[in-house]
Amino acid sequence: MMDFWIELVVSVFLITGAVFVFIGSLGLAKLPDFYTRLHGPTKATTLGMSSLLIASVVLVTYRQGYLSLHELLITLFLIITAPVTAHMLAKTALHHKADILEKTSDKALSQRARERMIP
Amino acid sequence: MLSTAIAIATTLVCLSLILNMWRLFRGPGRPDRILALDTMYINSIALIILFGISSGSTLYFEAALLIAMLGFVSTAAMCKYILRGDLIE
Repeated sequence: MMDFWIELVVSVFLITGAVFVFIGSLGLAKLPDFYTRLHGPTKATTLGMSSLLIASVVLVTYRQGYLSLHELLITLFLIITAPVTAHMLAKTALHHKADILEKTSDKALSQRARERMIP
Repeated sequence: MLSTAIAIATTLVCLSLILNMWRLFRGPGRPDRILALDTMYINSIALIILFGISSGSTLYFEAALLIAMLGFVSTAAMCKYILRGDLIE
């Protein structure tokens, strides 16, 4: 009986995580300009990875009989590094004058951010 | 039930790897390609974790952690190279 509930929880976490990872990559492939494409991997994929790793934590804890939290290290690392990566990529794209969508509001701010940067 | 869930999750992660590959080849600018590579690193961590779950071993955790760290460092290095034209000044 216990087996069934553990399997159910792990399966739900796995499917949720995989769906979020897929949504992140779909956003990377389909969205129109670079600054919108940046959102998919940095948010959806990080959430999906956290969900997959939580599934791994639950399953390994159940199988081995003691609390196993070391998968959370990867989650923590991804959550810390994803915004740093996104910031550096956005700076690079601004510096190289990547195209901005026509509909974007406050485009003058991008000019200001570009000028503030050390070349 | 667990093996079905692992199969579905692996299929979805492989599909997202294919989408990343498409963006890597097509991407109009260099930042797009770096972003696609970074996402491919993260998705390969997902594949390794799924393989570790399905094979019932925790040996693959170290490999996943190594790929995570090297992926971040290489993304930072590529961004810096494109931004400044040099890595160590």
